[in-house]
Amino acid sequence: MTLQDNRQSVGIVTPRVARFSEPLALACGRELVDYELVYETYGELNAQRSNAVLICHALSGHHHAAGYHSEEDKKPGWWEECIGPGKPIDTDRFFVVSLNNLGGCHGSTGPTSINPQTGEPWGPDFPPLRARDWVNSQARLADSLGIDCWAAVVGGSLGGMQAMRWSLEYPDRIRHCIVIAAAMKLSAQNLAFNEVARQAILSDPAFADGHYHERGTVPSQGLALARMVGHITYLSDHAMANKFGRDLRSGSFEQGEEKNVEFQVQSYLRYQGSQFSGNFDANTYMLMTRALDYFDLAREYDNDPVAAFSHARCSFLVISFSTDWRFSPARSREIVDALIAADRPVTYAEIEADEGHDAFLLPIPRYMDVFSAYMRRVGETA
Amino acid sequence: MRLDLAHIQRWIEPGSRVLDLGCGNGEFLQLLRDQRQVRGTGIEIDPQEITAAIERGLNIVEQNLDQGLANFPDRSFDTVVMAHALQAVHFPDRVLDEMLRIGREGIVTFPNFGHWRCRVHLGTRGRMPVSRFMPYNWYDTPNIHFCTVNDFEALCEQKNIRILARDVVGNTQRQPLLATTWPNLFATTAIYHITR
Repeated sequence: MTLQDNRQSVGIVTPRVARFSEPLALACGRELVDYELVYETYGELNAQRSNAVLICHALSGHHHAAGYHSEEDKKPGWWEECIGPGKPIDTDRFFVVSLNNLGGCHGSTGPTSINPQTGEPWGPDFPPLRARDWVNSQARLADSLGIDCWAAVVGGSLGGMQAMRWSLEYPDRIRHCIVIAAAMKLSAQNLAFNEVARQAILSDPAFADGHYHERGTVPSQGLALARMVGHITYLSDHAMANKFGRDLRSGSFEQGEEKNVEFQVQSYLRYQGSQFSGNFDANTYMLMTRALDYFDLAREYDNDPVAAFSHARCSFLVISFSTDWRFSPARSREIVDALIAADRPVTYAEIEADEGHDAFLLPIPRYMDVFSAYMRRVGETA
Repeated sequence: MRLDLAHIQRWIEPGSRVLDLGCGNGEFLQLLRDQRQVRGTGIEIDPQEITAAIERGLNIVEQNLDQGLANFPDRSFDTVVMAHALQAVHFPDRVLDEMLRIGREGIVTFPNFGHWRCRVHLGTRGRMPVSRFMPYNWYDTPNIHFCTVNDFEALCEQKNIRILARDVVGNTQRQPLLATTWPNLFATTAIYHITR
């Protein structure tokens, strides 16, 4: 039995829905007249309302970060390793809020929701979103929960970008910003991978320019391909070699052409692709990858990250992973350097890990130690 | 608290900004924070020390001193401290320059290789000294640039680094006079307060 098994889960959790009827002005100039956010909470809000932690999810994430939805539920939330009693984000100490971002497809208002003006699903007409739109909608969720100031806003990957945006947009409402495996903006290589993913979806005839709901089709092939490309970039070469090597799942090299030879890694990618395409909305995927592409922390601050971070008032924890080539340690060091130059309190750890970008979801001992140590400090001042 | 650390804290202005290069578990930064309200940042490379320093509630940046300090702006700190790390870096002279670029003042401590015990060890046995203070063999030591008090002062002169104060830790606390009078021979640890 590992250490992880001994630790506890938050148990059965039930998602809730918050409705907002005050229009939300979006970065694109349009507005959402009303909208819903689906969220879960773990732990108890203290009397001072000072122990709340916001979880920002990554590209394909959702509100279900920890615990189980029923006794029969086999799979816990996506960040079960990090959220729960005795875990880095200790639910005995913190009140944790995890939501599905606006534009998502797991219950919050998004392309699959009904457009009140047409009575039909939004589909591809859903307004394009930026990280700041998410941050603004999360601030309203905080209002509705009576949270004036987050003890910490925490996120990995795209979630880490949102956390940084929080520190600039609402400097008085965040005491600690925890940025894991993220970057201030995507590299050209990253943009390229997202483009391949979107082209995979666009080139699926079933996508029909996003109007697949009306057509009654599902662009599952395109979505699966998009996810397969993504998955390759989330793993390191080493992790793939370890996990699959050149092992065969079926056929043999001797049989040559007669029978189909399939490598384990092929089977894995197909499985991931098909699982994903059954659970995710293609328009949401388009929207989320674009939000990721257009994220540029310092653009409106004259492209000067130091000027950007000089608006922040919180303390920062930045974590990167050695074999993460999608959001490499060099990108995290840029964040750290800008924070140092802006005279912001920052702690940085570069975790040796073989697992690539996915490492941020895994219970790597040093990662857990650093994260836990920092969160204890967040808790002490909460 | 290591003696050299106890010695140097009086050179640090209350409320000032301190960068500690090779801060270890952050013991010194914590002391400065708690007793002198110092705003400190530590640089460290050892994972366990980093976690220990985070536990203390300090700001710690994982960074290898040998890869430079270019990410720290000029004059971004009041004092840059490097305790017992000078002898372990690849380019001690460049680190000194960087310290005095980043901070107005620097504080450096290092083990004095000119101490008489080292000399006796090398002189009589013909072997590199291994002692309580330098417990490593020549091939596995992290200390790759040993120097003496005189060596360090010669480097400072060559680099136009001004020595504001020198302090020493002797072999025994009962004989501070020997170490103060003949530091190159009797100081086990040399402590310098420097500026440009």
